[in-house]
Amino acid sequence: MRLHRSIAVLAGCGVCAFGVAACGDDKKDTGGEKKSGTDNSSLSGSIRIDGSSTVQPVAEAATEGFNAEAPNVKISVGGIGTGDGFKRFCRGELQIADASRALQKDDLVDQCKSGEVEAVEVQVGIDGLSVVSHKDLEIPNDCLTTDQLKELLDPKSKVSNYKELGAGFPDKKVSFFTPGTESGTYDFFTEELLETDKEQRTEDVETSADDNQIITGITGTKGALGYVGFAFADQNKDKLKILAVDGGEGCIKPEIKTIADNSYAPLSRPLFMYPSTKTVKQPEVKAFIQYILDNNQQVNEAADYVPLTPELLEKAKTDLEAGKAVATPTE
Amino acid sequence: MADGQKTAGGSGSGSEGLIRTRTARTVREQAIKGLLVAAAVLSVLTTTGIVVTLITESTSFFEDIPFKDFFFGTDWEPLAGGEQQSFGVVPLVWSTLYLTFVALVVAIPVGLGVGVYLAEYASPRVRKIFKPIIELLAGIPTIVFGYFALVFFTPLLQDQLGLDLRVFNGLSGGIILGILVLPTIASVSEDALSAVPQSLREGAFGLGAAKWQVVVRVVFPAALSGVVAALVLGASRAIGETVVILVASGNEPNLAFDLTVAHQNMAAFIANAARSDAAAGSTAYATIFAVGATLFVMTFLLNIVAIRFVRKHRQVYD
Repeated sequence: MRLHRSIAVLAGCGVCAFGVAACGDDKKDTGGEKKSGTDNSSLSGSIRIDGSSTVQPVAEAATEGFNAEAPNVKISVGGIGTGDGFKRFCRGELQIADASRALQKDDLVDQCKSGEVEAVEVQVGIDGLSVVSHKDLEIPNDCLTTDQLKELLDPKSKVSNYKELGAGFPDKKVSFFTPGTESGTYDFFTEELLETDKEQRTEDVETSADDNQIITGITGTKGALGYVGFAFADQNKDKLKILAVDGGEGCIKPEIKTIADNSYAPLSRPLFMYPSTKTVKQPEVKAFIQYILDNNQQVNEAADYVPLTPELLEKAKTDLEAGKAVATPTE
Repeated sequence: MADGQKTAGGSGSGSEGLIRTRTARTVREQAIKGLLVAAAVLSVLTTTGIVVTLITESTSFFEDIPFKDFFFGTDWEPLAGGEQQSFGVVPLVWSTLYLTFVALVVAIPVGLGVGVYLAEYASPRVRKIFKPIIELLAGIPTIVFGYFALVFFTPLLQDQLGLDLRVFNGLSGGIILGILVLPTIASVSEDALSAVPQSLREGAFGLGAAKWQVVVRVVFPAALSGVVAALVLGASRAIGETVVILVASGNEPNLAFDLTVAHQNMAAFIANAARSDAAAGSTAYATIFAVGATLFVMTFLLNIVAIRFVRKHRQVYD
């Protein structure tokens, strides 16, 4: 996965570099200074980033691209976890905290509590996960409820045939193909949907760090079911079936729109970066987040996530520009 | 050569030239000997290095996981997280041996058949054509066999034979593994059979034996040690094969006779674990070496048994 990602990033960079070069050559005087024309080469300093391991690949992808523009900025990216990332952030150890959920009241400790450190919220991407099956697997309405998914993939699950899920389900042996423990997608699925501590069923489940192998498994095995990142499922939608998920409010199919407006719950979630009101004024920190927003598509796709929609992107840019502390979260 | 000619053609003192030649020759001989010794030492050092690495790294593994849990545990989830992580190697060893068994079920009859045919029945002309073709099969990269199994053979079994196979399954991988080791068995056993002296065959024919009787009762037993060597070579090849199983048979060993499901062998596990995100120094990572050491011991034992057998049953003909 890691390798695969960094190759994707490199490829992305290559494309972007080519694009920039071509742009510059073609229309020199039409003024492309707004986007990549921003000169980051004089920036220096260091940015410490930690927090969600889900956001980590986004930050890493961005680091590679950003450092090509601003070689003197040292960026370190960790993946300690969202909660622990906020703790470090509140002790003033980080310039940016990565989070795969919004800041909560419980996160406000130490200097955050006393108000010395105030967080600025910038959404950088969306993590969406698609449940997919073999093309011929006849799941009623092509839709599974979250409870049914739990029944199938819970660590204690004993379901060996789809017909055990109820009337209408096919008489077909189950077999699953999913990402493994090294994957953020796995963490998301097990934590958010199964509500376990990164555990899922192991019997009849084949895990792979290689998304392509998961797709091969599902497309080649009758009765196969699995999950992959939304972007990856979408690229392969001709070969397999993308199932709708019912989280209690009816069957919703994963699409850019349903993911962006959060109606495809609970299998999508926003990804954030939190600079503080102080660090966001540091030019290198601001330029780094600006880079992620300007190159939102490449950076998110390098990590198999969904880029922000134009509206969300506009809001994120406004939030970054304003640099205002996020309203004290309740709860 | 050049030196020799120069001395011969030269008008100077002959003895001096002779000595010079000798010295040059000795130096050259020494250099060549040195190179050969270096080659031998290098291979010994490499083997030692591998063994030492396997031992030290597995020692750190067995500091965390008791021997008993590893060798007798039947739950194999070394890369899983949290509570689910489990290090019972039995399913992995089972899948390894089972895949090897399937491969040998394919490769032994066919391989020996080919060997016997080429050594005893085929005309020299046929043999001249067949042998290189079989040896060509041995030269096909294993990754080609792997994808052949995955994208051609498995769908063939699924669609033409209507088998309810997972796309990554033991059946397809095992059979193709058999085809992979077939040329080894065919070629080595053919050599062994051909080496049986003609006088033995003639003697048997003289006593009125039919062709098949000569082959089965005289030539085959006489070549037994060589044939066993062929089988062991084939088995070692199958036990340690990585890529075919990695590509075609999935990422999960299975303590079951069912060949329609995934069966991962030890070598494929190592390849898979090495490219996972298991942190260097973690127990999950050390598993690679524990499995590697186990595999090493297994093939080592296999070879020892074979060498003993070959020694015991060897028949020497002048």
